[in-house]
Amino acid sequence: MRLAGKPRSGARIQEGDMTPMIDMTFQLIAFFMVLINFSQTEQDQRVMLPQSVLAKPPERPLQHPVTIHMTRDGSVVYAGQELATMQRLRPYLVNERMVLEGRGRPMSDATIVIRADRYAQAGVVQKLIQLCQEEKFEKFALRAKEDFGP
Amino acid sequence: MKFRHVGSQEERKIELQMTPMIDIVFQLLTFFIMSFKIVAQEGDFNIQMPLATQQQGLPEDSPLVTLHVQLRADATGRLLSSGGIVVNGERMLDSIEALHNFVIGVVGGDEPSARADAEVEFDFDYGLHYEHIIEAITAVSGYVDRSTGQVQKLIEKIKFTPPAEPAAS
Repeated sequence: MRLAGKPRSGARIQEGDMTPMIDMTFQLIAFFMVLINFSQTEQDQRVMLPQSVLAKPPERPLQHPVTIHMTRDGSVVYAGQELATMQRLRPYLVNERMVLEGRGRPMSDATIVIRADRYAQAGVVQKLIQLCQEEKFEKFALRAKEDFGP
Repeated sequence: MKFRHVGSQEERKIELQMTPMIDIVFQLLTFFIMSFKIVAQEGDFNIQMPLATQQQGLPEDSPLVTLHVQLRADATGRLLSSGGIVVNGERMLDSIEALHNFVIGVVGGDEPSARADAEVEFDFDYGLHYEHIIEAITAVSGYVDRSTGQVQKLIEKIKFTPPAEPAAS
């Protein structure tokens, strides 16, 4: 019984053409690489920002940003950890100030970026600003989400 | 001279091994798809607000027009629907839109110097929601021109009064 014979001369293995698929895959990778945003580390899911039509992304990055989050109940989140009281933030601010002074840069180079929840109390946000002012910070950026309008 | 004859032996087709490359490409693609997240753009309202010093008299760059805007909140933290905004202690406004129109009436002319010389000092009730701060700052800072899509600035100098103590319940 003959099970298998030698391939006839001229018989070829049929191979699918992979080129279009690889092209498409590389284009997809390029697309996602361009759009990926690692700056999401600055964001915090506990904070729901207010919206504003004038909130446009800055044209150039801030020189020395210090991002502070504030949740709805007034808790302060700094560097990913929620602080028990607002006063616990003071050592971190002192540290930031010393870093600036160590580099010989003025305090006006630093910007306190406040990402407060839309339902946070105005008085608590103002106390946070006051705390930063006491540590010689003078530039503040109140962050809001861009509102594209109706 | 003897040249090497390539096809002397059995002719072989040299094929690139595509499988590892496709594997890693798909892993990269999966990584980027999984870590991709559509996030709304964020923007800042910049405020220059150093701690008040004990200087006497007016500073050199004292603004010509200063609006003192008080925002009052109800028990839930919302802006009072009637008379929630008080300008310069006398003019009562009912909405953020009314504040915006008022500011346009004061500095919204064609005189850029009027805008540069104006300043707004906000005084918020302690329990007011932060979103109303942003709304008020937006109202006095400018607006988006619908015809051009450009931002028309109004007043850029903004400061806050020291925080008030929470109202006793």
